[in-house]
Order: sequence, then C-alpha cells, then structure tokens
Amino acid sequence: MIVEASDLRRDFVVRRKAGRLRRTRDVVAAVDGISFSIGAGECVGYIGANGAGKSTTIKMLTGILVPTSGTVRVCGLDPVRQRTSLARRIGVVFGQRSQLWWDLPLRESFRLLAAIHRLPALQWRDRLDECVALLETGPFLETPVRQLSLGQRMRGEVTAALLHSPELLVLDEPTIGLDLLSKERLRAFLARERRERGTTILLTTHDLPDIERLCDRILVVDHGRMAFDGTLPGLIERVGAERVLIIDLMEPEPALFDVPGTTLLQVEAGGLRQHLAFRPEQTTAAEVVAAVSARVALRDLAVTEPDIEDVVRRLYQP
Amino acid sequence: MAEPTVTGAYAALVRSRVAAQASYRSSFAIDVAAQVLLAVVEFAEVYVVFHQVHSLGGFSFAEVTLMFALATTAFGLADGAVGHVDQLPHYVRTGQLDVFLLRPLSALGQLVSSDFALRRLGRVATSLVILVLALVAVDVDWSPERAALLLVTPLAGAVIFSSVFVAASAVAFWLVEGTEFANALTYGGSYLSSFPFTVFGSAIRRFFTFAVPAAFVAYLPALALLGRPDPLGMPGWLSWAGPVAACLSVAVSAVTWRTGLRRYVGAGS
Repeated sequence: MIVEASDLRRDFVVRRKAGRLRRTRDVVAAVDGISFSIGAGECVGYIGANGAGKSTTIKMLTGILVPTSGTVRVCGLDPVRQRTSLARRIGVVFGQRSQLWWDLPLRESFRLLAAIHRLPALQWRDRLDECVALLETGPFLETPVRQLSLGQRMRGEVTAALLHSPELLVLDEPTIGLDLLSKERLRAFLARERRERGTTILLTTHDLPDIERLCDRILVVDHGRMAFDGTLPGLIERVGAERVLIIDLMEPEPALFDVPGTTLLQVEAGGLRQHLAFRPEQTTAAEVVAAVSARVALRDLAVTEPDIEDVVRRLYQP
Repeated sequence: MAEPTVTGAYAALVRSRVAAQASYRSSFAIDVAAQVLLAVVEFAEVYVVFHQVHSLGGFSFAEVTLMFALATTAFGLADGAVGHVDQLPHYVRTGQLDVFLLRPLSALGQLVSSDFALRRLGRVATSLVILVLALVAVDVDWSPERAALLLVTPLAGAVIFSSVFVAASAVAFWLVEGTEFANALTYGGSYLSSFPFTVFGSAIRRFFTFAVPAAFVAYLPALALLGRPDPLGMPGWLSWAGPVAACLSVAVSAVTWRTGLRRYVGAGS
C-alpha cells in the first residue's frame, strides 16, 4: 500500500469574538475520522466541496500537518516524523503554490530542485528531457517563471514534481484555470506517467473529465467524512445523477413530456429548445435521440454531463 | 562527479540567489551605497553625542567607536546572512513555508538560503573601516590573546545576532503579526550593543546580557581589548566568553524554532 490512513482526524481551534472582551473557543473537525488506502499504481480522484477537508487530508499525507488522532503511513513512512525521507519519494503539485523560483528561468528551477533532491546529473537530465518532450516545455525553458502563462507554469510545476521520479504524485487542482487544450495535454501526460512507470496518483479536482480520463477510483469527502469510495459509474448510479439532452428543433413544437426514459426539464423559445433529462443506466443518448427524431425535426443537439458538485450534493439529498 | 550532498544543495541555492542579485547591477550598486550611507549616518549619531560630552558612561570617543564598530560589523554580517528570516509571516501567509516542507531539506535552512543580502556587505565594509580607525585611536596593549579576541568577536557577535533573528522571527508561529516584536529584539539589541552598557539602567543591562546576549557582541570584549575592568563589576572572564554565549544562543534559537515549527504543523506547542 502506498497510502494507508486509518481513522484520520484533524481539529482546528477557531477563536471568535463574543462581546467586547470575551472570546469563544470552538474546536472544528476539518477531517473527522476518515480511513482509506491506496495501492501502488492506482489513480484516485479525491473530490468534495470547498472546505470539505480535501486540502487538510493532503497536508496530513505530505507531512505538513500532524493528525489530531488516527494514523497515516505514506510509502511506509510517518509523514511528519520522516518528512524529508518522504519528500524524496513523493511529488506534490499545489495549484496555488509554486515550487518554482519566479525570478529564474524554468530550467534553473529544475536544476535547483535536482540539487535539493540530490539527484545525480545523469538521472535527472534524462528525466527532464523526457518531460520536456512530452509536455512540450522546450520553447519556454529559458523564460523566467514570472513571465509564463498559467498553462506553461503548470506544466513546469508537474515536471518539477516528477524530476525525482516519485512513487506517489499528489496533485491539488492541477487543471484549474487551464484552457481545454492544456487540460487535455496534462491529462494525457499523467495517464502515460502512470501506465509507463506505475506512478500512483492522487488528485483533487472539480473537473469531471479529469476523473473520467484518469481515475479508476474516486473518494468523496464531505464535512470531513468519507461519503463514497468506489468508481465513477458507481457514484453516478448511486446518486441517480442525470445526463441532460438539449435539443434545438426546426419548428416550435409542443412540450415533449412523454419521451420514454426521460423527464422534461425545461422548454425554451416557445418550444424551439427543450431539455430532456435521462439516467444513463436506464437508457442511452442514442435511444433518446432516436425517439425524439421519430417525432420532430432536429436542428442541433448537445448532451451535458452531471457536474461533480451536483453529484456530491445528491449524495446527501436523495 | 561526486554524489550530490546536502551542502551542495545549499551551495546551489545560495549561488542562484547571489546570481539573481548580481544580474541587476545598477540597483545592486544603489543598494550597496545605501548600506554604506546607513552605517555612516549611524556613526554620525555617536559623533554628535561626543560633540557635546567628553565621555559617555566613562568611555572616550575612540573607545565607544570601537564598541560601535564591533557591534555594527557583527550585525551587518548577521543581517546579510539571515536577516530576511523576519519575512517568515509572509512565507506563512503565501504558503511558501508549505512548499519548503515538501522538500527534503530543513525548512529553516531553506528559509535562510532563500535570500542572501549581499548589499549588506556595504555596511560591513564601512564598519570594518571604522573599526580600524578606532583601533588606531585607542591604546591596545597587543598580545596574541587580544588579537585572537579581535578576530573572533565579530564572528561570535554575528552568530549571536543571527540566533536572535531566528528566535525572534519564530515568534511569528505564535503571533501572525509578530514582526514588531521581532524587530524590538533584533534592531533593539543591535542598537544597545553599540553603546557602553554603563549608560543603561540595570534592568535593561541584565536583559541584554543574560536574556539577549548583546553585551557579549561589543561591550564586554571591548573591555578586554582596552584592558579595563568593568565599571559595573562584572567578572573579567565574561569578556572572553563571547563564543560560549554564541553557542548558547544557537541552542536556544534552535529550540525556539523547532518548537514554533512543531506548532505550525500542529504537533502541539
């Protein structure tokens, strides 16, 4: 097992003003007794609303925060007590915090990180060449980090986290703010990294395609507790999340409230645009389209996926 | 090529900081000049005082200048090497401290090596010039012991001030806005140490001898160089105890830092 967490808990003390001089002291559990383990080579999506306890968990896994109670082992090590040993075996990308030196060219940052990790030159140069080729960072290797775009910087951050060939890669919102092309390129790279090297990946995200493309398992945390541990189809089935078919018609038509396996959500523009919800385990988009086009003339259509926030919300509001 | 080492890692970090500063030549030159000016203005304060009086706390102008030069040399060295640790609240707020904790090096080591204020050498150089002038003006009965004391004193003083910097900045782990407190100890200690301790009240004297060992930076060793007993009756061997005070300072500041960092990661205070 790469990660083993058992009954992990982390409290924070929140002091609030109560009156002129008095202050109340509340203990809030950011993580409230969660247990999970991640095997070598798995790719796990860790999802939950903001403030659900994702970052706190990651900080405990990486040795930045001590658990209030419970135990955690990463790569067989105690993250806080054996922080520096662990740091040589894991790579971490925090979307909001940079590993790079803003006033140095990207290549210099990599050289310094290699020195910090005490990597022999032969080893990290090959690794860097590989990352540069796959993430296409070559054109801006000599550019100071402060001048990079978000997408370029993020590719630099991922390279920085992988230079020392970690067994576990932890990514906190790696695709946030990236354009579609950058997202796709990053996902393809991470999928390859896992396939070729067996790197275990744990990532937090709000982006459903990240999970569809990369993760074979998801953990949902809510209010500090583990709400779900399984596959994405399993989660969607459990909460009954619906996909929505949006159809544009040639002519205004009466509301299509009786298409088999669907629920009519909305009618727009006097019947020119209609929204039909369906559950993926009951019917398919193709069947719905066939049923609809047998009755009316279609101009255009789109299918929208349930978004993660919505899926997580439904876990609690069945 | 030899197996990379921890020392090599720090050397690479410091080299990159130095190179980054040297790449802005004109701004670096202005910074150095400002540091020279700062040292001169500080010395002007001593000069102005002696324009009014002939002795301060029982010491002549040249003797006080000696103390001033020893203190500012030590402080300049410490400030240049570790002075930016007082930026710790900034590193905490921006999450940079977390990034340090994700790397296989000590967090304090990375904080210290994240900046290296070469411009402070302007101040150190000016202080050394003043030190030489003071040594010419005072009467020192030179012996090998005194020569060694003169060499060791600025270094021990730099270690003492560095320890004060680290310990005082670690206060930020308890008080997020602890910079003012830290400044009171570091800059306050530096200011006091450049004057003969005879001018201060006994409470301040004791605090800045035994709590913050600023007396060991300049006043006490200067007494030994001048061959004078302490007018306040502190034993003569204390004048030679700078390195011991430096070692104790390092130990205390290391414990303070570790306790603070443990609190930061939530391992209890």
